[in-house]
This record gives sequence, structure tokens and C-alpha cells, in this order.
Amino acid sequence: MPTDVAAAVLSNRRLSSDYNVIALGAPEIAAVTAPGQFVMIKPSAGMDPMLRRPFSVFEILRDASGRATGLSLLNKRVGVGTALLYAAEPGATLSVVGPLGRAFVPVDPPDEAWMVAGGVGLAPFATLAEALAARHTPMTLFYGGRSRQDLFHQAFFERLGARLVLTTEDGTEGERGRVTAPLERALASHRGGPVTLYACGPTPMMRAVAALGARFARPTFVSLEPQMGCGMGGCYSCVVRVRRSGPGGATHFVRSCLDGPVFDATAVVWDALSAVGH
Amino acid sequence: MADLSVRIGSLTLANPVIAASGCFGYGLEYAPSVNLASLGGVAVKGLFLEEREGHPPPRIVETPAGMLNAIGLQGIGVFRFVAEKLPELRRLGATTVVNICGTTIDEYCEIARVLSDHEGVGAIELNISCPNIKAGGIQFGCSLTGTDDVVRAVRKVTRLPLIPKLTPNVTDVASFARAAEAAGADAVSLVNTFLAMAIDVETRRPKLSNVMGGLSGPAIRPIAVRMVYECFQAVKIPIIGMGGIQNAADAVEFILAGATAVQVGTANFVDPFLWQPLIGGLGDYLDRHHLARVADLVGRVDVSKPEPAWTAS
Repeated sequence: MPTDVAAAVLSNRRLSSDYNVIALGAPEIAAVTAPGQFVMIKPSAGMDPMLRRPFSVFEILRDASGRATGLSLLNKRVGVGTALLYAAEPGATLSVVGPLGRAFVPVDPPDEAWMVAGGVGLAPFATLAEALAARHTPMTLFYGGRSRQDLFHQAFFERLGARLVLTTEDGTEGERGRVTAPLERALASHRGGPVTLYACGPTPMMRAVAALGARFARPTFVSLEPQMGCGMGGCYSCVVRVRRSGPGGATHFVRSCLDGPVFDATAVVWDALSAVGH
Repeated sequence: MADLSVRIGSLTLANPVIAASGCFGYGLEYAPSVNLASLGGVAVKGLFLEEREGHPPPRIVETPAGMLNAIGLQGIGVFRFVAEKLPELRRLGATTVVNICGTTIDEYCEIARVLSDHEGVGAIELNISCPNIKAGGIQFGCSLTGTDDVVRAVRKVTRLPLIPKLTPNVTDVASFARAAEAAGADAVSLVNTFLAMAIDVETRRPKLSNVMGGLSGPAIRPIAVRMVYECFQAVKIPIIGMGGIQNAADAVEFILAGATAVQVGTANFVDPFLWQPLIGGLGDYLDRHHLARVADLVGRVDVSKPEPAWTAS
């Protein structure tokens, strides 16, 4: 059940000139958020912007006893709303509605989890990695960014036991090129047990991961980020075309706020997605 | 505590605040967070006879103090609605206003017949004003004879309160209210959205897949208030006013202009928990102004010329 919390900005760490991690005092929401769920944030009390913006919950913040004290968002400055979240100072109050949407289902051992993140698409994987670590599920994070300074929180994932495979477009860290290149090689050479893929990032990246998942017959889940109006099923603006009944079956628009943001990649009609998302 | 109940034809609403069609899904989406029975009414998403796909994304774009939408009336159709949604709305105690759309007069009539055969429908809102679809609604809503034809035809097949929803995209909205009243409508609701457009100047492409869409939100409120005021001069049937209402003061403004009830749409996207403060604030306003009934406030804007102020010379 979503609630509306007037959350204090606890901290706002600028990671680069574009990225920041903003911590919000919304324990009621943090305590019940499942991996991959999102919140709707009102970046401004006024009219600019008027609508809320959806954000994956990044970290669940906890005190020494493990009790949830708040949540953080990984934000990339791209428009008016995200610029306000980049600039917000501790002490400010933001309205947070959540948790919302369908969560990732973490797999159990002996299955392995391979997470594929592009840029700000890292956001839903911190909570997923925690859930996987709690199950002792072996996990790998394939993480790509434009440049070295666009890759964050590697230590967080390493602490949870994730194997990291990094790529940058300019080659300043990890392999030069796209994150799907090492993913493809790993899928081709993998001789172990079952692997489930989880992907979040630019739409072309998720589409490529979906294609690899299909080619290597690995279950693949994507966290889509279409434009949203309300986040609660009221407006029908965040629709994604999905195929409900296997290849060649009829397709339908479903609301990504209710039926997503996490989708089985084989159900998504990728051609219909190209105009939306990142 | 003042009496917030209002009457729309044979229907009594516990309070004048209705969730606007197209902005509240089928109501049930909000049941986990909002007590639907506490609302004056729930106007569900527009229904055709059959299921409908709607437009491809992008379907909305934010504009100054408002937004454009071109959803294209995606919907489950009336048969699935009465089977899958209506019983639950009824169980939750919602006063359900069913918004209906048609490409022909026969389709409107058929949907109205289906709804009349089921328990739990409070009223029918006739959508003759959606700006976003080529065939359906608007060709009736932009013509006085079309409005007359469709209202008269549906009136013959149902005893449910009938509320044509009027478009603001006409020169004289009051004449459409008058036509609806003469054809047997129990009330009119207005305004639907204003036909509008937004362009991405970098790509030189429209921001909506449908090119044009309907403008809603606080940006349109003063125009909507004016239109409600004009209609109040023209008809005796109740008016349900809407357009950019965000809080109790905005609702009072519409009521003063002549609205018996109001609908809230876009503001629900911004704050899905606005209902109790809004309804409570309406009661507070009435108490503060020593009014026993919200119905006593309808159309009570004072447009008399003020006495010339005494000024020292």
C-alpha cells in the first residue's frame, strides 16, 4: 500500500557534475520497499515542474540495529525535476509516494544472477543485490558507463559479494565499449548452472540484453523507465506494449506503473518502445 | 459541520467532490490508498462498447502549470467493466459515474442499455468531448444538433442520471449546455481538455505521438471557471465543474461560479492523497462563512458593482 511521506533530505552527495545520491527520510516507505520498486517524487512544491517523477529506490538506509531509516535515489541531472534533485540541500522536504510497481524476483542458488546496468540504470540493483546476497545467490554485475567518473558504488556491490565486470565507452575504466560485449562473451562461455539476467539502462541496451537472453535461453527481466504521469494506474500514460501469450500472440498496452516497471523481456514488444525511455 | 451533500438529478452525492474521468483509472487502482466511499463520486475511465488500444506513447507532456494528454481512450470496454470492475466498486461503496464514448449514437445507446441493466451505476457521463480521437464523441460535442441527437437518443434508453461532458473547444459553450438540457440531460459537466500542442524545438517534432492533445491542470482554471459561469446563466440543471482544481479554495471558486459539484483530475496525479484535505477544507470554508449547506453556495459569486470607495482628496 503506497503512502505519501513528507521526507527530509538527509544528505545529497554529488558524485559528479551529473550524478548525485540523495538520501530521504522516509522510513515508512523504505521498510516495505522490495527490490526494483519505485517512488514518485515531487521535486518542487510549486508548478515547475508540476508532475511527480518516478525513481527506482536505490539504497535502503538502515541504522545500527538494521531498522530502515530512509531511502536514497541515484539521480542523473537531465531536466528540470532532476536538476532540482541534484541541487536539493539537507533540511529541504520532498514529497515521496511509494513504494510502487512490480519488484524483481531474486533467484535462489544454485541459480546465478547476472545484473546488467547502464549508467543511471544501476539504481534498482542495490536493493536487488542485497536480496540476492541474503539468499547467497552468486551474482555478477555488468556495469557500463560513458567514462570512469560515471561508474559508482562498485565497493557496495563488492561488499555484497558481487563479481564486477566494468565497461566504459572511452576506455578509462574496465573494457572499452558497451556492456553487452562482455555479457555476450560470458553467456557464450558459461558452463555452470542456470543464469537469470536482470537489466536496467538505456532502452537500446535493455533491448540488446533481451536479445542475448533469448539467444542463450536465459530468463531475462528488464526494469523499463517510460515516462509516467501518476505512477498509480490513473493516467494510462506509461504504457508498454507486451505480448501476453508467447511469440506471435496478441499484444496489448499495459501500464508499466502497475504491470511493471519490471517485465519479462520476452513479453516486451521492443519495436514499440524505441520512442520512449532514455 | 455543514451539509456537503448535493443532488445531481435523482442522485445524491455525499459531497460535491468527484474524481474526474480519465484521471482515476477505474477507481479500483486507488482503493488501496483512498476510501472510495468518502468521495462524492468516482468517474471511471471512458468506456466504448469494446476494448480499445489507445495511442502509442508518448501520451503526455508537461507544460507550464499543466499537461497535455493524448491517451486515445484506451479502455476495457463496457462488458469487461460491468463484469470485472463494477461489482468491486459497488462493494467498496463508491458512487460510480460511468463515462461512456461512442463512434455512433447507437453505440452510446447500447452502452447505456448495458449499464442500465446492472446494479451499482450512479450516473452516466456522456463523453462527447474527447479531443484526441478522430471518430467518436467530439463530432457530437462540437455540433448543437449532434449534442441534441445523442443526448435525446440515450435519454430514451436509460433512467440513470445523464451528464453530457462538454468540450471547451467551441465558441459558445453555454449554447451546448442549453442544447443538452433541452434534450433531457440531468446535468452537464465541463470542461473537458483544451485542444493543444507542444513541439520539441531541437527535434522539430511534436511532443505527443498524436501530434495534438488536451490541456489540463491549473493553467486552464480561469477559463473553465468562466465557462461554468456562462453555463450557469444559461441552464437550470446542475453543472459539474472542473479544470485545474487542486484544493478546497479552487473548488469553492467553481461552486461560486455555478457548479453544484466539481471534478478533480490532473491534481490527483500530483497528489493522490488530496481528497480528504480537499473535502475537509470545503467543510471548513462553509463553517468559516456560516453556511449550513454547500448547495447554498452554488452560483453565489457577487458581480454587483461595488460602492465607490470613499477617498480623501
